[in-house]
Amino acid sequence: MHVLRTLTENRVWRSIVRHGVRPTNRNRVLLITENVFLHLHAAKARRRNLDLSSTYYLGGLALILFGVLIVTGFLLMLYYHPSVPQAYDDMKELQFVVSNGPFLRNMHRWAAHAMVFVVFLHMLRVFYHRAFRPPREFNWAVGVVLLILTLLLSYTGYLLPWDQLALWGVSVGTNMVNAMPILGRQVRFLLLGGNIVGENALLRFYVLHCVLLPLGLVLGLAVHLWRVRKDGGVLGSAGRRRPSGVNTP
Amino acid sequence: MEPSSDARAVPKRVALIRRQAPARLLEDRQELVTTAPHLLLREVILIEVVVTVLALVSLLFDAPLEEIADPYHTPNPAKAPWYFLGLQELLHYFPPVVAGALMPALAVIALVVIPYFRVNVEVAGLYERPWKRRLIILTAVTAVAAGLLVAKRVWPMLVPTVAIYLLLSLPAMPFCPAGVRRRLGRVPLADWIMTWFVAVAVILTLIGILFRGPQWAWTWPWRDGVY
Repeated sequence: MHVLRTLTENRVWRSIVRHGVRPTNRNRVLLITENVFLHLHAAKARRRNLDLSSTYYLGGLALILFGVLIVTGFLLMLYYHPSVPQAYDDMKELQFVVSNGPFLRNMHRWAAHAMVFVVFLHMLRVFYHRAFRPPREFNWAVGVVLLILTLLLSYTGYLLPWDQLALWGVSVGTNMVNAMPILGRQVRFLLLGGNIVGENALLRFYVLHCVLLPLGLVLGLAVHLWRVRKDGGVLGSAGRRRPSGVNTP
Repeated sequence: MEPSSDARAVPKRVALIRRQAPARLLEDRQELVTTAPHLLLREVILIEVVVTVLALVSLLFDAPLEEIADPYHTPNPAKAPWYFLGLQELLHYFPPVVAGALMPALAVIALVVIPYFRVNVEVAGLYERPWKRRLIILTAVTAVAAGLLVAKRVWPMLVPTVAIYLLLSLPAMPFCPAGVRRRLGRVPLADWIMTWFVAVAVILTLIGILFRGPQWAWTWPWRDGVY
């Protein structure tokens, strides 16, 4: 305790964290409001919303998985060249040369699948709890955009290993774009940089996967979380409770 | 609003709702706790659990890696990632413009507009309000949809559609036991519709993942494996 006090009561510490560590309610509030990252939270939360059955922590889970994906994705970028056939050789390199390479790739892959699944579950949770009701209608729409961005991120990443699975999985999907009325062919050409899934497509998917889509997701997330905060925090299972008067047997 | 003299008390919020205003949630007075440490601690634990589970899974299961991409050698069947296999399964029944463009577009639009329809906001069960007219409309819609699905032989969509409709209309049947009637009668209409959507999506996706082999023909995963 003495060490902690000397550590947290000298000038240098106080210049970084202005409030002390004594467990007063004031310090607990300041810890949130004085911190750029934590101030996404309100200083106080409804106790009920901390229960597992209130939100199942699904939104938080999705956010954590996205964090894991950013960290592992950044590390994977250090070993990857988006060109044919180097992309596939890099996979083999990850498998046999890079220390813990397979672990890194596995982590990214499974986190990506998990994120798609969790984001979908999060949407269902919000629906069945009626957590989209006014004034949160627009944030639901933002959430749908985030779901689509998540699918697109996962899908563009699917091509990057440049194996048979990647090539044909993406071919099947982009053939569906062809079916889009009027602009289908043009959109597909724009997406692939040609008429087949080739090296141009690999480069475009790489840029989408590593720059454009993550930026879009982070932006959308900022809006999503900001609005949750502004609307008074998450609406958990309380959203489902019947207002008095409607509760007829 | 009168400021409370007791600093520990949660201030009571009062809202004035005019008649034409949209339905807003009447938030009860709820116990508040400080975010630090109550919420932060839970978040830290959640991060640790997620990373640990992911690390364990990554140690045990390897991400798939097949031969190098070869545009001259098409695998049979060529499958999209699992989350698109529901759509790919639809492609088996409908022309590409319907399965690949129209239906996904409709699904996204339907999702976006959910909060703007009153029926989705109400929490009263289908049978807790005047329900006869609604049931007639639902029966008509289901009959038309089922007819189309039979004509197109879309069994994976027909089965959940009929099943959900039977469950939904069960409380209206005279032979329905009182307990079941009370339980099912409490389910709001919006929940029935969403559950139908989820059931269709899950069944189509599972069929696409497990039960489709070469030429997109039906296979049994326990006999032929998963393609």
